[in-house]
Amino acid sequence: MKMDRYFKSILFGAAILLLLLLTGIFFTLLIGSIPAIKASGIKFLSGTSWNPVTGVYGAVPFVIGTLLTSFLALFISLPFSFSISLFLGEYFKKGALAEFLNYATDILASIPSVIYGFWGLLFLVPIVRKFELSFHILPYGVGIFTASLILAIMIIPYTSYLAKEVILLVPQDIKEAAYSLGATRSEVIRKIIVPYSRSGIFAGILLSLGRALGETMAVTMVIGNSNLIPGNIFSPANTMASVIANEFTEATNDVHLSALIELGLLLFIITGIINFIGNEIIKKLSIKG
Amino acid sequence: MQRRIIKDKLFEIIIIIFALVSTFPLILILFQIVKKGIASINWSFFVNLPQPPGESGGGVSNAILGTFILIVIAGGFSILLGVLGGTFISEYKDKKISELIRLCVNIFQGIPSIVIGIIVYIWIVMPLHRFSALSGGIALGIMMLPLIVKSTEETLRLIPSSLKEASLALGASYTTTMLRVILPAGINGILSGILISVSRVAGETAPLLFTAFGNPFMNFNIFKPVDSLPLLIFNYSMSPYPEWHSIAWGASFVLISFIIILNILTKMVSRKWKTVF
Repeated sequence: MKMDRYFKSILFGAAILLLLLLTGIFFTLLIGSIPAIKASGIKFLSGTSWNPVTGVYGAVPFVIGTLLTSFLALFISLPFSFSISLFLGEYFKKGALAEFLNYATDILASIPSVIYGFWGLLFLVPIVRKFELSFHILPYGVGIFTASLILAIMIIPYTSYLAKEVILLVPQDIKEAAYSLGATRSEVIRKIIVPYSRSGIFAGILLSLGRALGETMAVTMVIGNSNLIPGNIFSPANTMASVIANEFTEATNDVHLSALIELGLLLFIITGIINFIGNEIIKKLSIKG
Repeated sequence: MQRRIIKDKLFEIIIIIFALVSTFPLILILFQIVKKGIASINWSFFVNLPQPPGESGGGVSNAILGTFILIVIAGGFSILLGVLGGTFISEYKDKKISELIRLCVNIFQGIPSIVIGIIVYIWIVMPLHRFSALSGGIALGIMMLPLIVKSTEETLRLIPSSLKEASLALGASYTTTMLRVILPAGINGILSGILISVSRVAGETAPLLFTAFGNPFMNFNIFKPVDSLPLLIFNYSMSPYPEWHSIAWGASFVLISFIIILNILTKMVSRKWKTVF
């Protein structure tokens, strides 16, 4: 029985260690940000210029860059992920085509982001450049629009997977009741399925947004890395994650490093809140996320 | 009436078109990786070290070895801790601390990988004053933890309590019951959780940028920087040299094949060792 006591304390120890590790991450970021918070204070959140040479650290250009790329990506991806979820959750639940689409989204989700970035750089950037030339926009090729396109492809599997799961949860009898009243399939989708699964679809969108906000490699490679506030959606820019990736190893002094850590903290808090809300919704719906 | 039916058909067609169009990028990406990747793969690709631009015959043996080292360190760091932690929260479901861990794990699953890089930089790279394979491996290990904890807990929760009660009734101690009955009964779920988490981190680049850092030479020392396939793809694709781009295509092909094989293996494991209750 002594053995059992040891075993239980090992289990307990692992649990404590896990908790310490996870909370330690938050406090480490907080402590690492202190020099930057002391130096810039609230200006960090309101400053529109980021210049390590003069020691000015304002995060606004990156916050704008992050929000623009993420929401644009979400906007581009929604029709596609919504279609996939209806395709798999309503129209074709079984069959070769459904199997193919299931596999395709699985593989899309498991391609590393650096490969998306590489492909975007060599394939998408030249196409966007041609497009920009024909519309008389400065032909950078790289920029917010290109980054959003890549991000959209990357988040489609996440939104569509969760949306499909909730669409499958819609009770058959409600749908049949609507059909028996003479509703067409598209009417059933619009008036029964969508309202019924609204919160689950919303949770899926939130979790995808969380991913898009924190995505680093693919975005860093195609966004153009400019520390100025983007003028339009074709301008080169930087997101919070991409500026950390670019400048962290080259940080010139402690305040610069600390300012980058503070960006990480900001990113951590934003994605943490989004994930928390998304997971709470999923828990209520009791689907496997 | 006619109009409603036409509208219905139209809606269905639009859904089908959009769903199928969204697979185009995947087909394009895979097609290009396979086409350009296979072209640059040969024997020297696997055994040689990277060459300076302009010279042919460069390989990625250092990155393949580095990826392997990083995954071994990550596994060593996370598997035992993750499985024990997951066992704890499934054994003590209703305790406050389990609730707390579950919450943390859920939130941390969505934390951007670059933030994990920052953390490990502060925890390990700064005190040791150097980039190292050890720090890179731990960064990947931290990313594997939430997945392993979650899959362990979910697997163990599905095991009927009668199994545990039967073992205890036969006089087996709690430790024996857990180690010889409960954990083996859930081995398929636990193993597939581990495999899936390896396949997730095998392609991670962001947490390695300022931990493992990259290294053009062969390195076995875990206190020195190592290269990994994703890092190499990143560095080579950002270079202006076409020879390096073709090596990056080859590395992409190797990396994707590795990940897809892991995914298939995961499915096989969870099917083969499934315990039916």
